[in-house]
Amino acid sequence: MVEKQIWTSNLNLWFGKNQILHNINLEAYKNHITAIIGPSGCGKSTLLRCFNRMNDPIPFMELTGKVYLDGKDIYAPKTDVYAVRASVGMVFQKPNPFPKSIYNNVAYGLQIQGKYSKSEIKDRVEESLKAAWLWDEVKDRLHHSAMSLSGGQQQRLCIARALANKPKVLLLDEPTSALDPQSTAKIEELCLALKNSVTILIVTHNVAQAGRIADYTAFLYLGELVEFEKTEQLFTVPKDKRTEAYLTGVFG
Amino acid sequence: MNRRKGKNTFWIMMMILMLIITAGFLVVFIVRIISLGAPVLSWKFIVEPPREAMTEGGIFPALMGTFLLTALAMIFALPSGIFTAIWLTHYGKPQWLVNILHIIINTMAGIPSIIFGLFGMAIFVNLLGFKVSLLSGSLTLAILALPVIINNTEQAIHSVPADFSEASLALGATTRQTISKVVFPAALPNILTGAIISVGRVAGETAPIMFTAATFYSRSLPHSLQDEVMALPYHIYALMTEGTHPESQVPIAYGTALVLLILVILIDATAIIIRSYMRKKRQW
Amino acid sequence: MKGIKEKTFQAIAYIASLLTAVCLIAIIYGIFYDGLPLFKFISWKDFLFTNNWYPVYSPPGFGAWALIMGSFYVTLGALIIALPLSLGSAIFISEIASPGLREIAKPVIELLAGIPSVVYGLFGIAFLAPLIRQWFSLDTGLNLFTSSLILGIMVIPIICSISEDAMSSVPHSIREASLALGATKSETIFKAVIPAAKKGIIGSILLGFGRAIGETMVVLMVAGGAAQIPKSIFEPVRPMTSTIAAEMGETIMGDLHYNALFALAIVLLIITFFSNLITEIVFRPKRQK
Repeated sequence: MVEKQIWTSNLNLWFGKNQILHNINLEAYKNHITAIIGPSGCGKSTLLRCFNRMNDPIPFMELTGKVYLDGKDIYAPKTDVYAVRASVGMVFQKPNPFPKSIYNNVAYGLQIQGKYSKSEIKDRVEESLKAAWLWDEVKDRLHHSAMSLSGGQQQRLCIARALANKPKVLLLDEPTSALDPQSTAKIEELCLALKNSVTILIVTHNVAQAGRIADYTAFLYLGELVEFEKTEQLFTVPKDKRTEAYLTGVFG
Repeated sequence: MNRRKGKNTFWIMMMILMLIITAGFLVVFIVRIISLGAPVLSWKFIVEPPREAMTEGGIFPALMGTFLLTALAMIFALPSGIFTAIWLTHYGKPQWLVNILHIIINTMAGIPSIIFGLFGMAIFVNLLGFKVSLLSGSLTLAILALPVIINNTEQAIHSVPADFSEASLALGATTRQTISKVVFPAALPNILTGAIISVGRVAGETAPIMFTAATFYSRSLPHSLQDEVMALPYHIYALMTEGTHPESQVPIAYGTALVLLILVILIDATAIIIRSYMRKKRQW
Repeated sequence: MKGIKEKTFQAIAYIASLLTAVCLIAIIYGIFYDGLPLFKFISWKDFLFTNNWYPVYSPPGFGAWALIMGSFYVTLGALIIALPLSLGSAIFISEIASPGLREIAKPVIELLAGIPSVVYGLFGIAFLAPLIRQWFSLDTGLNLFTSSLILGIMVIPIICSISEDAMSSVPHSIREASLALGATKSETIFKAVIPAAKKGIIGSILLGFGRAIGETMVVLMVAGGAAQIPKSIFEPVRPMTSTIAAEMGETIMGDLHYNALFALAIVLLIITFFSNLITEIVFRPKRQK
């Protein structure tokens, strides 16, 4: 029933001499939500960014091990990194819409590929905005600037923008930490709805959030994958003392 | 405390005095140029060529020359400068090369304009055989403008938030696409302003064109890149130092100076207005 | 397919950068190439430190001391005039003027900074010089005093604008802290704001120095013609820049005089390079990435 969609194999990562990730073996299952939790600064975002090769541009980055998407190692030489990024979408902590219209934001990923017709793009934009639960709020002002939206709307726009590429996986890097509680709740509900069409990996420093929406949770501490379980199990009967300490608020 | 209050008043008065003196100098300066230049200005002055050994007539060839020199210089300098800035901000590897390039650019920015003129003469006029010509002059001016354009473009690119680039890359765009579709459009107003100010600077330069392009008198407008040209700043200088009939030539010099002044101020004012308009419209 | 577009774009950017580097290297190479031959004829010590500039005599003399000193005198004079005026104005605009006045003053200064130097030169030679000749009953108004005056006025907008920026950037909290301790406005300015803006102010002065010492047209038109050390401020002076501009027309490519002018350019290059270097060091800690 559960099928692996994206997973790592003995992943190690260094920035210069500092080793950030130690021998990570993490699996995310198709159409499920996997959360990565852990104290600040222990490599959660760095790990997430391995899944779409967004660490590549960082100077002095070294990586060993493999990351598989549907069985293919995305770090293999000659891999089309741009195709990988279109397949593995990302939403950032601080909403970052382009200073363009709402329409052009969502259409961007398709426009750069240059192989879609105008009408195909138009349909895809509508589809994505509907999937991100933003369509009704913006359908009359698609050509207004994206910067005129509220914080929560901008984040949903960023989700729509990523969805327009019809990715297999959606990476969310603390997507609600800059938002108010109502917007946060809306996005959490959205994730639950989206998992049917896309596999979700979410980094969050809010343990309760993981508890609310994630099927599986991974606890990352000091760059090590300490424990990975079905969420309920991790939260109620954690196997590792460190996990327990974190969950009960001893640190982080 | 009264002594301190007294000192306070004294110093504030001094500052105001400094400003007044400064303003005074500048006002006298500008008023002088305007009052002696304006009577000479007329439509004919602008569109007619000089006559009678530069004692009568207009300055059209000089105006044209300045225009051509500046336009050509920009055609050479803008693409090179912008692409250099793009390389420095998005592709710069290895780091030591980037650092050296920055040192080079900043050094160039501080070199006196006469040295550019010397260089232009030695390389373009003599070594490459372009002779004293529109080509030599505009190439020299282009090199003069290059560091300014590069620094300005780099700054403009850096002022675009990194968030946008990240979002673009995460959607599968290449560096080139990110630059052309997101970064460059966002930085464009600032790049434009800087380019316009460079135009003003190039139009007013005399030393670089003294030995590379400019002539006091040319019979007609330049037909080709190899012709010498008249130019507004050089014309002013030549009238005052090589002219043989000061009574009629000094007023022409003032008139030319006024035309040049108006030109440069219009150009700079345009840039300032565009910049403040863009700042208000800016969405981030 | 995508790869080609990417690589081409990157290559164009790379080539442009190399071109820029080549330009500067070419400039330095060119100046040295045409300047160094002079030193087969005269030692660099004699060139720099003897006052013997007679390039058209037989045998020619190439002692440039008077010219080098000329540059420094004129620059010093310009700074003496410009510093109090520009710093005072900058303080006024940044600390004393009303916001409305500031809104007007800032663009005005920027516009003034763009005025071509030849226009200042015209003002100097056609208006100020005769005036000064009259006022002080001199033989000529084209001298150290007049050219320093004009050069000083020319540099004011640069120093003023950058110093004003530096002072405006000082956080308000510093001024408030000073006033809250009972300091007067002028005490706040001199003891709190200016020390905080020190780097920017010094940087602006260095920039003004570089601009003044490298200026050609103003000194060419206003400083007079004599390659002598002026005995008073009312005597003509001949900085390096105007020497190069004035005498270049008389030389033949490749002859000693030609080389000598390029040698002067070498000196200018070295001076402005170091001035630039110091400015960079002063400014760099302020630059954020």
